[in-house]
Amino acid sequence: MSLFLLNIILAISWAALTGTFTLPGLGVGFVVGFLSLWVVQPLFKEQGGGYFVKVWRWVRLIVLFHYELVVSSLSVAWDVLTPRHRARPGILAVPLKAKGEAEVLLVTNLISLTPGTLSLDVTEDCNTLFVHAMFADDPDKIASDIENGMERWVREALE
Amino acid sequence: MILELFLSLCVLSGGFFAFIAGLGILRLPDVLIRMHATTKAGTLASGLIILGVAVGIGDAPTIARALAIVVFLLLTAPVAAHMIGRAAFRTGITLWGPTTVDPSAPVKLNARHDD
Repeated sequence: MSLFLLNIILAISWAALTGTFTLPGLGVGFVVGFLSLWVVQPLFKEQGGGYFVKVWRWVRLIVLFHYELVVSSLSVAWDVLTPRHRARPGILAVPLKAKGEAEVLLVTNLISLTPGTLSLDVTEDCNTLFVHAMFADDPDKIASDIENGMERWVREALE
Repeated sequence: MILELFLSLCVLSGGFFAFIAGLGILRLPDVLIRMHATTKAGTLASGLIILGVAVGIGDAPTIARALAIVVFLLLTAPVAAHMIGRAAFRTGITLWGPTTVDPSAPVKLNARHDD
């Protein structure tokens, strides 16, 4: 049985035992179940520690993404409210390492919502992404930021 | 008291970012830069207001709906911006003066050239 399924069963049992069959109750149950599974991790050696690493990567992706969304909105707000436009926009080609349509979709969506970049188009063969950048003074830095930031987090979470 | 402060902060800052997104459409110089304002600030604005509603009402149906709304917002807003930006670029809209364009972009994306 996969650990994820086990975790959901633990969450339901927690909600049933505490009599809080509500969304927060199930949420608390899931967290408690996850922690207890983590404590007894050696019992699940044959399944490997993959589940715990994966949950950690998803949590990291979600937290970092919200942080970047706030930062990018503030920088847009600054550019809108101040009289001069500081933007030096440019259209850049960024090589994509993401495999499969799901990864490309997630990467391009997240790139659109993070600071300074907006995905414009992907070539037919899915290996080059064109982004519109607000500050395109250093295209190589933007490409490596995407590759080592959002794209790597997404690939690690989905692989 | 603290909860009320938090809720007001959510709704007010959400309103602020929605205002920024709208003002950005008026003020920013070309269509692609405007898409930056509407996707980022607009998504954050709706997210903040929905967060305020979910925490303020706080029962399961509301929270479930709020979660669903946020998920679909995060999925669809960037896709819409992407389609508008792509259409604008392919039809050869004039970009703001200082914009630099990667030389391979128009070829690979079959953009139309009028100049």
